[in-house]
Amino acid sequence: MAKNVLFEIGLEELPARFIDDAEKQLYEKTAKWLTDLRISSDNIKTYSTPRRLAVLVQNMEEFQESVEEEVKGPSESIAKDSEGNWTKAAIGFTKSQGKTVDDIYFKEVNGISYIYVKKHIEGQKTFELLPEFKNIITSIQFGKNMRWSTQTMRYARPIRWLVALYGEEVVPFEVATVKTGNKTFGHRFLGNEITIQEPQQYESLLREEYVIVDSNEREQMILDQIKNMEEKENVMIPIDKDLLNEVRNLVEYPTVFVGSFEEEYLKLPSEVLITSMKEHQRYFPVMSNDNELLAKFIGVRNGDNQSISTVVKGNEKVLRARLSDAEFFYEEDQKQSIDFYLEKLQRVVFQEKLGTYSDKVNRVVSLTKEICNELHLDEITMNKAIRVAEISKFDLMTNMVDEFTELQGIIGEKYATIFGEDEEIAKAIREHYLPKQANGDLPETQIGSIVSIADKLDTIVGCILIGLVPTGSQDPYGLRRQATGILRILSDKKWNISLESLLEIAKSTYKNTEIEIHDKAEVTHTLKEFFQHRASYLLKENNVESDVIQAVTDNGIGVYVFTEKKARVLSEKRNDPNFKSIEEALVRVLNLAGKTENMNIDTKLFETESEKVLFETYQNIVTDYNHALNNFDADGALLQLSHLSNPIHDFFDNNMVMADDDNVRNNRLALVNHIANMIKNYAELTLIEWKQHQ
Amino acid sequence: MNIQNMILTLQKYWSNQNCILMQAYDVEKGAGTMSPMTLLRSLGPEPWNVAYVEPSRRPDDGRYGENPNRLYQHHQFQVIMKPSPDNIQELYLDSLKALGINPLEHDIRFVEDNWENPTLGAAGLGWEVWLDGMEITQFTYFQQIGGLEANPVAVELTYGIERLASYIQNKENVFELEWNNGVTVHDIFYQPEFEHSKYTFEESNTEMLFDLFTMYEKEAKATMEKGLVFPAYDYVLKCSHTFNLLDAKGVISVTERTGYISRIRNLARKIAKAYVAERERLGFPMLKKEEK
Repeated sequence: MAKNVLFEIGLEELPARFIDDAEKQLYEKTAKWLTDLRISSDNIKTYSTPRRLAVLVQNMEEFQESVEEEVKGPSESIAKDSEGNWTKAAIGFTKSQGKTVDDIYFKEVNGISYIYVKKHIEGQKTFELLPEFKNIITSIQFGKNMRWSTQTMRYARPIRWLVALYGEEVVPFEVATVKTGNKTFGHRFLGNEITIQEPQQYESLLREEYVIVDSNEREQMILDQIKNMEEKENVMIPIDKDLLNEVRNLVEYPTVFVGSFEEEYLKLPSEVLITSMKEHQRYFPVMSNDNELLAKFIGVRNGDNQSISTVVKGNEKVLRARLSDAEFFYEEDQKQSIDFYLEKLQRVVFQEKLGTYSDKVNRVVSLTKEICNELHLDEITMNKAIRVAEISKFDLMTNMVDEFTELQGIIGEKYATIFGEDEEIAKAIREHYLPKQANGDLPETQIGSIVSIADKLDTIVGCILIGLVPTGSQDPYGLRRQATGILRILSDKKWNISLESLLEIAKSTYKNTEIEIHDKAEVTHTLKEFFQHRASYLLKENNVESDVIQAVTDNGIGVYVFTEKKARVLSEKRNDPNFKSIEEALVRVLNLAGKTENMNIDTKLFETESEKVLFETYQNIVTDYNHALNNFDADGALLQLSHLSNPIHDFFDNNMVMADDDNVRNNRLALVNHIANMIKNYAELTLIEWKQHQ
Repeated sequence: MNIQNMILTLQKYWSNQNCILMQAYDVEKGAGTMSPMTLLRSLGPEPWNVAYVEPSRRPDDGRYGENPNRLYQHHQFQVIMKPSPDNIQELYLDSLKALGINPLEHDIRFVEDNWENPTLGAAGLGWEVWLDGMEITQFTYFQQIGGLEANPVAVELTYGIERLASYIQNKENVFELEWNNGVTVHDIFYQPEFEHSKYTFEESNTEMLFDLFTMYEKEAKATMEKGLVFPAYDYVLKCSHTFNLLDAKGVISVTERTGYISRIRNLARKIAKAYVAERERLGFPMLKKEEK
């Protein structure tokens, strides 16, 4: 008869961040295990709380499925002698399988006939196989493991009890000296020890003892209670998914409560309030219906509402202490000036070899100037950008950022405004840290974008100069993220500045420093490769094929916004049958180019009409083509090149480029070279794996 | 409950759990963990159960006695049990009950917190224990000490006495806490808080402190080479406190800072190794005692 099966791992409080993944592993591993064991069952359900991971399998069959297995023996020619009798080899084979020659049948494999026997494998009793579950318990992976007491085993947290039930019977095994049984524990304070008679009782028995074992149900309880609170208090409580997830995994029985703090703290920057509530205390901030932060918070208690007012009071006290600290910092910080903090930056090291933050700021200032010049910005904008660069890091020296490091830049904006800086400059201080993640928000202001690029370039070039190149998962300074950020800003702002010239400017700011550069060519090469990888990563995200990426970055990244457009256009043309003839013409030119250094075209040496036509077409499109390139018009430029298609085909069909006469040959090659250079200014089309159908 | 009674209660409770009651160690230190009763005794195979109050000096947290939450010197109640007992969480929660904290009337949580002290090459996994949202105890299973793997694993409980007291006595300001009938923290500690802050931030003799650091470091090395683990360790503690004074005064740049920390760490590592070697030479006496 099929029976229900339950396994529960009882633990000291698991880190909330490990729980969901561990439950998922438990499900997948159990499902695979049962399939491998050929044990059928109805349903697998998993559970998790901070103190337990559990799996309930319904109606598990009493026996493994029996199977018929085919066993392959020697080939027929070996199994039978010339008279057709079974050889020793055949008899030996059947014996070894517990069969006789009467059981032999034949089957062809790759045209050769082999002897086979069928073997029956009787399914074993499920109960006897279940202790293997031990391997599932020990194979669950956590982000960080520990040892305890005298155990050699490593696990996320110590294992304290184990439940293993097959129907009403305990499945015997042990892990880290903990033996299985049928006893579990309810809520740490509200519940008692429970004996589970039958696996199916698991959820309900624990519910009686104040443990909600289903994490989705706990989440729903929290959401429902928050909704009630919203209606009762006439407020809005925005749900942060990550916070909700963490909170549901910090409790076994959630009770939501509302607390409040003094209105005077609302004068603190809202980010400070929100960080104190969310990050430090795991509270949900509360908003008015007009989206204004209120002096209230929502907490979730692990337990029922007994003496809830004591809990509320305690939590209020903790938050008040944090906010009063923050208020103290806020007031103290404002007693100083930006110059005071800038002076302090001189004593703080940014990176041992790259100098202090002050040194970094100076480099970023000169980079900012150069970028403004390259972009031909007016003096007012340039001066604003320089001011942003100068004061971009001052907030790092404030008490507030010392306490709330995640608020760097945000505090910078607040304080800069208070200290009387222009609003746009203040905003740009915050924005120069953007984007914070690979696909995070980009700076909005122009000056914020410039300083963001300058700051990131300085870090990347500096780190690579001193040999801190990211490898594998090692990227402590987040250079990859910053490089991607630079490219995204360049694309977003559509700036006409090539990445190569930016890198040159950045390198030049390090010229007069004491940093030793061992191999300049090597640095240039590493930087080029590093950025090519980042561009490649970004373009792949936009579904551009690797060969197209190669083609558009072969000559360097150039003006990134244009590179991106060309990649998109070529990615389409790559599969466009109408482009086949054009592509073939252009590639023909590229393949022949470079056979001579000669670039002088002498029209008098033209012998055929097709030569003249190609040259004229070339001359006709040159202006429009360059105009399109200068306007980053990827479609337009390619359209101009496509005018060359027919003349090129005619030219190759009607002329021997490699003519016997040296002058004629060199003249034709010169024409080819001119056109090839023109095409290469667009992309190295020979690298594309053209996929147009015939 | 006043602080004195809290301490007495915890001492009685852990004494009943077979912990040796020790007194505070007489060299300045930043945390109870740094007492040789924890840092050295947690190493090696010998069983070790101990409880003590440790006055902990954090020069950088000095606030001239003006901040309601921060102190130049606060008190920790430290418990070490090696190997960690299987029911350690229950033992801990019962100690809170002994202090009059009824878990049914509060929200007590174990929130992940992995502790690390790079200066001592020590690291552990565990939790901060939250009482209605306030961190009252650091609960750590040592995994590494002085760069050596902890085996068996010792568990460390560090109660923040003033934190806990501010909850039990329902006071917002640490200086209002009652130490004994009618005697407050302010009465006992306000003057030293003010003077130590003034000394640390304004008056300390920087040059002398740098000299002392070098001398202490030299003496620690020399003493260790003679196989004298405990005296060598005392000098490491002195190095550490001297460094904290210099650091608080802001005379150590960030680069130099890492340099100093690694100098102290190297000493601590050597001493940890020397301690285990010395215990082994003595035949791990505490281990034998238990077997008898």
